[in-house]
Amino acid sequence: MKKTLTLLGMLLATPSYAEEIWVTNEKDDTISVIDVATLEVTRTIPTGERPRGITFSHDFSRVYICASDSDAVQVMDPETGKILNDLPSGEDPEQFVLHPDDRHLYIANEDDAVTTVVDVETRKVVAQINVGIEPEGMAVSPDGSTVIATSETTNMAHWINTESHEIFANTLVESRPRHAEFTHDGAALWVSSEIGGTISVFDTETQAELADMKFEVQGVHLDRVQPVGFEFTEDGKTAFVALGPSNHVAVVNAETYEVEDYILVGRRVWHMAFSADKSLLFTTNGVSGDVTVIDVARREAVKSIKVGRFPWGAALRP
Amino acid sequence: MRLIAYTSVIFWLSVSSLQAEVSVKVGYLRQMLDRPPVLSNLDPVPDDLGLAGAQVGLADNQTTGGFLGHEYTLSHTDVPVGGDVLAAARDMLAVSSLLIVDAPAAALLRIADMPEAQGAILLNVAAADVALRNADCRANVFHTLPSDAMRADALMQFLVKKKWVRLAMISGAHDKDAALADVFRASAEKYGLSIAAEKAWNFDTDMRRNAAQEVPVFTQDLGDHDVLLVADTRDDYGRYIPYNTWLARPVVGTEGVVPAAWSPVVEQWGAAQLQSRFTDGAGRTMRPQDYAAWAAIRTIGEAVTRTGSAAPDVLRAYILSDEFELAGFKGRSMSFRKWNGQLRQPIPLSTSRALVAQAPLEGFLHQRNELDSLGLDQPESQCTAYED
Repeated sequence: MKKTLTLLGMLLATPSYAEEIWVTNEKDDTISVIDVATLEVTRTIPTGERPRGITFSHDFSRVYICASDSDAVQVMDPETGKILNDLPSGEDPEQFVLHPDDRHLYIANEDDAVTTVVDVETRKVVAQINVGIEPEGMAVSPDGSTVIATSETTNMAHWINTESHEIFANTLVESRPRHAEFTHDGAALWVSSEIGGTISVFDTETQAELADMKFEVQGVHLDRVQPVGFEFTEDGKTAFVALGPSNHVAVVNAETYEVEDYILVGRRVWHMAFSADKSLLFTTNGVSGDVTVIDVARREAVKSIKVGRFPWGAALRP
Repeated sequence: MRLIAYTSVIFWLSVSSLQAEVSVKVGYLRQMLDRPPVLSNLDPVPDDLGLAGAQVGLADNQTTGGFLGHEYTLSHTDVPVGGDVLAAARDMLAVSSLLIVDAPAAALLRIADMPEAQGAILLNVAAADVALRNADCRANVFHTLPSDAMRADALMQFLVKKKWVRLAMISGAHDKDAALADVFRASAEKYGLSIAAEKAWNFDTDMRRNAAQEVPVFTQDLGDHDVLLVADTRDDYGRYIPYNTWLARPVVGTEGVVPAAWSPVVEQWGAAQLQSRFTDGAGRTMRPQDYAAWAAIRTIGEAVTRTGSAAPDVLRAYILSDEFELAGFKGRSMSFRKWNGQLRQPIPLSTSRALVAQAPLEGFLHQRNELDSLGLDQPESQCTAYED
């Protein structure tokens, strides 16, 4: 069925039917659009300077891009690739998360130790929250009540109440936290620490630490095993963790916190996105400038796709 | 940008005054130096060298401290040339046992040996002398500046990797140049390289006018070599060597490709953020000594954050434990060598325009930590002060 649809889409030459992975190229100021059916780059779209975080609105009619060095979050029409407008983002937006209300973006301003909350409809800054030095990882709980900002140099996860826009808890994590995600049920928060080499798991209710996962890649010095981006499978039972310059992705059992597998990918793997049916996983490899396609069921890399320089963020457009 | 920075400091002050549970006072003691004139004034030594890095580290600590109720302050004393550095150190140690020392090795050792300094934590940010990490080590001194040996080893790894194995060396007349030349010789031997020819720089002419005439002749009798090593610690004549040599050879050492704790061209691993924080505050680019001072105050900050204590014995134990790790924007976790108190760290090798390589280079393995392929390793260290 999916194949037929894709084929139909190609026949009609209307790209909106094709399932795509959008990848930001940090050092090219572009987005590479990968067709999930053909596993080829079909479009390269210019963006503002140093694009990193990327996410779609819930109806996929808009794509938000952190153009870090342009000090803006850009709003793009994914059909035309045209920039519709810029959002006031604060300085050096690196990463962000879209609230379940589809209306508020929580943006990490890396140079300013601030999290900026922007209303995408009024295009106004709703709040700025002082956080630690170099905020980067951003997560929102499924119920929308809590947003997390992690700060790379302060080494904390800051728990922000989305009603009051105030921090209600700070939890120390290991060195240089990079990415945060709530589990699908919202019960736990995962935070990766690049230099610490770990993923810490916190209980959402109490903010108590539940577990601390370590990674070991055969033949790679521990210092180079640096967890950054990660994603959960749909059933929430498995997590795929990018391990940076170890050039591997770890497959973690999200219930036992045990590492089940390591998959060799490109160099300095950053972030990732699943295809719509979750059968394929696309990882951005910063140093090698490519995207590795992983067959999720077989846990194998099946293809490398050349994209722009320093691919960073990835997002699915179904 | 500035406005936001100040606002956040004020915000911090108000928070910390309410709930400051731990007060961390750090001193920064600087021995001012009489710097002899050098051939060119193109790159003056900044007045706030080192100190500017400590200020950035302080702000980093304060932000973290603001969330934890930890208050950090930095006081700073300059001892004029010929002034009484011990008296100044005594005054500062009376206020706090956490002292960053920006002074030559001899002064550092005299401070470390004072009764008032026993049980204190001194952080060396200015003296790269190998002896301080070796027979002259002190249990109360940590080193965040890499030793000359670490930098030399970084360079030799690079030369091995490039297969530039035949070296020639020029060193200056200054004692420090001679000491660095010794370190280069030892490091070359460690990595199986040979320094086939050496010459001492002994010109008293103004090279700005006649480098093009003098340097080719001066380097003509070095014989054939792959690469020319320069040991010019005072930044005196080295700048006139590249492109003026008899043979067309790359220049490395204190000129050309330079191994250092830090360089303004380091930008990976989030370094761009540290660089811009520094430049915003200091109005200039960040130098190795600034980085060492930043790392010193961040070391204290990291230990206070993790232990919730400002007691020097608690901090020292944590800093030397396996738990300690400092994220230093160089791509690897940094920690202290338990046998001599040296901060193990990657060493960037760079020109003034770009990063060329970063040591440890791939392939230089170590049974414990690849960073220990740089500088004095445990078996060769003669430091006994750190033994329990």
